Amino acid sequence: MTEPLLRIEGLRKAFGALVACNDVSLDLRPGEIHALIGPNGAGKSTLIKQIAGNMAPDAGRIHLAGRDVTGLSTAARARLGLGRTFQISSLAMEYTVLQNVMLGALGHRGGVMRFLSPVMKDKALLQTARAALERVGLAEAARRRTADLSHGQRRQLEVAVALTLSPRVFLMDEPMAGLGAEGSARLTGFLDQLRQEAPILLVEHDMDAVFALADRISVLVYGAVIATGTADEIRADPAVREAYLGEEDAA
Amino acid sequence: MKREPLLNAAILLGLLLVPLWALWADAPFTITLATKVAILALAGVGLNIALGLGGLVSLGHATFFGIGGYAMGILASHAQSFVPLTEVPFLIEGTKSMPVIWLVAVVFSALAALAIGALSLRTSGVYFIMITLAFGQMFYYFAISWPAYGGEDGLSIYVRNGFPGLNTLDPIQFFAICYAILALVLFLAARLAASPFGLALGAARQNDERVQTVGMDSFRLRLVAFTISGAVTGLAGALFADLNRFVSPTMFSWQMSGEFIIFIILGGIGRLYGPVVGAALFIILEHFLGGLSDYWHIYLGAILLAVVLFARGGLIGALAGREVAHD
Ligand SMILES: Nc1ncnc2c1ncn2[C@@H]1O[C@H](COP(=O)(O)OP(=O)(O)O)[C@@H](O)[C@H]1O
Ligand SMILES: [Mg+2]
Repeated sequence: MTEPLLRIEGLRKAFGALVACNDVSLDLRPGEIHALIGPNGAGKSTLIKQIAGNMAPDAGRIHLAGRDVTGLSTAARARLGLGRTFQISSLAMEYTVLQNVMLGALGHRGGVMRFLSPVMKDKALLQTARAALERVGLAEAARRRTADLSHGQRRQLEVAVALTLSPRVFLMDEPMAGLGAEGSARLTGFLDQLRQEAPILLVEHDMDAVFALADRISVLVYGAVIATGTADEIRADPAVREAYLGEEDAA
Repeated sequence: MKREPLLNAAILLGLLLVPLWALWADAPFTITLATKVAILALAGVGLNIALGLGGLVSLGHATFFGIGGYAMGILASHAQSFVPLTEVPFLIEGTKSMPVIWLVAVVFSALAALAIGALSLRTSGVYFIMITLAFGQMFYYFAISWPAYGGEDGLSIYVRNGFPGLNTLDPIQFFAICYAILALVLFLAARLAASPFGLALGAARQNDERVQTVGMDSFRLRLVAFTISGAVTGLAGALFADLNRFVSPTMFSWQMSGEFIIFIILGGIGRLYGPVVGAALFIILEHFLGGLSDYWHIYLGAILLAVVLFARGGLIGALAGREVAHD
């Protein structure tokens, strides 16, 4: 078996009495999409924030590409190859679409401490940035102001910025949210290809997408992973049916 | 879209034509006023790098203005009294040379900005405003209680410092120096805004999380911006002291810091030429309204309020429209 690119061991995070992340261990192997599902408030975003370095865990370790990154900053983890998209779009809203992807390309290449050369004329960066926009289908919108984009376009831009980082691991928090049926289907097809470049830890509410895409699924309930397995195994798991999928059948 | 560069060129030209007219009309005081505008605009352009580009509302930029001022005052006072600053560990003498004074002013204000930034940039919002204000006050009271350099009374320099090849005592020649520095710094500031650093700093202002997620250290970006910003304002301080041939603790006062912010708000936050228009308007108001009433600040307040309420982009915004993202 190949070495996992991302490995999480015994991660724990409590907000007062609420244990939002309870001894979570999981890993992400090359070429796979590992989906993380669970009802609202299960602790999915809390887990993603800890992996990305926005929130310090109370206990546990996080390994990225063989390195213990538990004590590293968000920026350092990004430089080691963590490409993250946010549940709620987090972009430079006053900038154009192109400027946002240029920022990603610049972050990846380095050389930000250059004070006099015009960044928007940097051919290498422009190429990376434009290619990323092209891939998510936003090339037409390059000159538009990010604040003027539709919700769905902002989600696409989030993904494009992550692409400019050429990450070794993608961390995506509900990338389909609010995309609509057509947008979801398009992104599903895209992620299906993307896993060849770097594996994806995918938090997603859209069950059709999850069951279509995921090589493995972990189910999070009240901060704890109650099951990990293939789509079929998860469907058949009685604990999952009771805690989670059952709810949906009843609804 | 082309309007702002045109407007900027007109502003720069206007600031040149007024003293040239004054020279022709033999009105030296107007030349001095124009020089004051150029110097204060320079201080504002410095602050605008932190405030406009980086979103760092510093209420302590008088610290750097004062350091620049005292760099001039201390060096020139030693030169005029022929007493060296120190003889151990090696001899340091005063100087009447502007370029040397500028260099010292820039280095010391940059160092102060680096230190103050390292301590205050851990905070944000109101806390940042208060901490920068506190540092400014610290320097202000220190200058007052430092008898070696005049304490509360300040320091007078009898003859303006020199610049190779120019007669700095001639108002129009001193204006030319200040104007050339302002134009050069405006040019460099425009380059800075469009540089990789500028892109990253502007993004850090808008969304800190975004910048970190692409692998950049936003604290470092802000610290470098704050340092550059302080150095430019420090240079303006040295020129201001030379204009008045006088330095005093008021250069460190929080009112001074407040005036820099007012220039920026009047002209338009984040607009490259905002501080130039703002400083010009401020000096015009001070001159004309100040002549009519000692309470001219009330009118200034009313104008400021009108700008904040009705012209968010300041005067530049009102004349050139909403800022367009550069690409
Ligand atoms: N910063 C915080 N402080 C206190 N409670 C929090 C915080 N962040 C999340 N929580 C709580 O932790 C639980 C898990 O939240 P979250 O990770 O956002 O869930 P999910 O993404 O699975 O919907 C929720 O009950 C939420 O209210
Ligand atoms: Mg969530």
